[in-house]
Amino acid sequence: MAKIKAVHYINQFFAGIGGEEKADYKPEVREGIVGPGMAINAGFKGEAEIVATIICGDSYFNENIEEAKSEIIEMVKKYDPDIFIAGPAFNAGRYGVACGTIADAVHKELGIPVLTGMYVENPGADMFKKSVYIVSTKNSAAGMRNAVKQMVPLALKLAKGEEIESPEEEGYIARGVRKNYFAEKRGSERAVDMLLKKLKGEEFVTEFPMPDFDRVEPEAAIKDMSKAKIALVTSGGIVPKGNPDHIESSSASKYGKYDIEGIKDLTKETHETAHGGYDPVYANEDPDRVLPVDVLRDLEKEGKIGSLHRYFYTTVGNGTAVASAKAFAEKIAKELLSDGVNAVILTST
Amino acid sequence: MRLELGYLFIEDVQFGEETKLENKTLYVNKDELVNLIKEDEHFEKVDLELARPGESIRITPVKDVVEPRVKVEGPGGVFPGMISKVDTVGSGKTNVLKGCAVVTAGKIVGFQEGIIDMTGPGADYTPFSKLNNVVLVCEPKEGLKQHEHERALRMAGFKAATYLGEVAKNLTPDEVEIFETEPMLESINKYPELPKVAYVQMLQSQGLLHDTYVYGVDAKESLPTIIYPTEIMDGAIVSGNCVSACDKNTTYHHLNNPVVKDLFAKHGKELNFIGVIITNENVYLADKERSSNWTAKLAEFLGLDGVLVSQEGFGNPDTDLIMNCKKIEQKGIKTVIITDEYAGRDGASQSLADADPLANAVVTGGNANEVITLPPMDKIIGDTSYVDTIAGGFDGSLKEDGSIVVELQAITGATNELGFNKLTAKGY
Repeated sequence: MAKIKAVHYINQFFAGIGGEEKADYKPEVREGIVGPGMAINAGFKGEAEIVATIICGDSYFNENIEEAKSEIIEMVKKYDPDIFIAGPAFNAGRYGVACGTIADAVHKELGIPVLTGMYVENPGADMFKKSVYIVSTKNSAAGMRNAVKQMVPLALKLAKGEEIESPEEEGYIARGVRKNYFAEKRGSERAVDMLLKKLKGEEFVTEFPMPDFDRVEPEAAIKDMSKAKIALVTSGGIVPKGNPDHIESSSASKYGKYDIEGIKDLTKETHETAHGGYDPVYANEDPDRVLPVDVLRDLEKEGKIGSLHRYFYTTVGNGTAVASAKAFAEKIAKELLSDGVNAVILTST
Repeated sequence: MRLELGYLFIEDVQFGEETKLENKTLYVNKDELVNLIKEDEHFEKVDLELARPGESIRITPVKDVVEPRVKVEGPGGVFPGMISKVDTVGSGKTNVLKGCAVVTAGKIVGFQEGIIDMTGPGADYTPFSKLNNVVLVCEPKEGLKQHEHERALRMAGFKAATYLGEVAKNLTPDEVEIFETEPMLESINKYPELPKVAYVQMLQSQGLLHDTYVYGVDAKESLPTIIYPTEIMDGAIVSGNCVSACDKNTTYHHLNNPVVKDLFAKHGKELNFIGVIITNENVYLADKERSSNWTAKLAEFLGLDGVLVSQEGFGNPDTDLIMNCKKIEQKGIKTVIITDEYAGRDGASQSLADADPLANAVVTGGNANEVITLPPMDKIIGDTSYVDTIAGGFDGSLKEDGSIVVELQAITGATNELGFNKLTAKGY
């Protein structure tokens, strides 16, 4: 195999150009190795070589993100590298964000593997750990030796397209991605083993660390419902008959927005459920059971609510990833707000 | 309570003139079995097919999998409250046709029937690819409501398994295993130094095609209670549900509950397996609160040191799982929970619908959203036209060449939450 080509990205400080006063330094490419690249290159032991180093001031990058990105991508492209390495940035915030941003952009635009390194509390880590491999470093450049020791083997693996092991084994910041594999023992036996350890007070490793939950505080109650515009949103899968947008029966990848202008009652002729998680007979017989258009029309007529919003939004909550649900909700909420909706009745199944 | 399970190993299944077991081959009289199932007026058409390990066969939509068994000695009969009377099972002798199963298939009931591939990459994810399967393909009469269809198909599986199990009534098993649970006080006196452990089994009971039956009782209409582990091994609990294929407990899973087996394996050595608490997964908050309170109360009452909790299904039952875990931990009893994950196709989403820091010991059956490509098979038993709409399928799942791109969710038993499989997941 030919020698692996690497392009390295660093800021003005690590290039020895200057500190804050030089932070507006525009992107520059130098053939060869600069600053921390020396240690990285030495670590490659001839298996790979840094063919070019790109230097950019942190202020320039963060204040001119789009230009900086496209300039740097052009520079990288010229060298056609097998791996792009940025930093390590340790706990330098703007440098970390720059390393994450440019690594992510290079990977997306040019499709080459990328790697950076930073301290876990660097804001760039949270922003990019999902899309970029970030080696976990100490919080200052005093940790350079350790950082290089972790980055070199991971960079080589990435460049060669080898399988990347878990964060513990490779030293990168967990990306929050769950991957399946076959264990040696079946689940029940692993559970019994874990319980015995827990009972004995021995150390055990959970297979799924509990996440921090995103809990939402409810809004204050509406004082005068007779003036409120109410919208109906459901994860119970009520759709116009025939499910025109093919919302999946489970693990939905989309939501639907449907007009109910002039509709007083949902019937089995007009609507049905797309949801695969429950016996659909009762919902299909009378879809108002899940999406109560009929009752809201009555309330509207009686003046108990101001009005029912013209559109309802619907998706299927059955095994749908929380990230998808959150993305749907963000879009739906934005539209509801701009349509002047005051409150939502959210129904499930 | 002491149960002897006698295993008769089945290495092949064939159609024959007489239904019998000979030289490890199960012969099935097709007409006789089809006619038996056809006695149910709800079916328009009943057919019988065979699928053996390694054959290029895809079975879908699969509803239930049932292991044929026969009671040889002692009180009660197979599937009490369903096929047999409600006499207490779990003692005496029961013969098991090991290595074969009845699979119920045919027109989809809900959206949640599954796929069993007998070979290829999909076969690695379902335990049923390793069995010699007698597949019942039942087509319901026009206009039959889903819940009636579910019931008919459920009973068809039990009837067929009972019919096949009869062949072993007078045969000598190839291997015998004995399981025994003593009355609690005796057991504690016998193993005073061992930690007292019970198994909390959560039964799917969300209703609307998500039901489990205990001695014929719908679990959603029952309070949590205590049951001998051997009763479960002897068919006291059966599946009646259409929850996503990957993590529903088929009747086969209940009969071969791996938690029960693995706790028995350490019983009297490293732990004292006191018994099983069964609870439900009802949809109303009041039911969830009441049942989890009750479960924790029973765990405390039994003086337990540790509890293993298993789940069935996902999403809504995640709340029951976390409530059970939290309330039992708050009684000072150590817990381990078994679940599976819905972390999105890319694995980057949040895996569970509920969480609590007290749930610090979790075993996972893997991410059910992970996508798999199932290559075309030479033979389809059932009908692949439902693949786009079953849980785990999506628009375009079924390709023109017959291959299928689906989430593991659609594969029967893939991410089982009794810990039946080796599949798991880790964070990257």
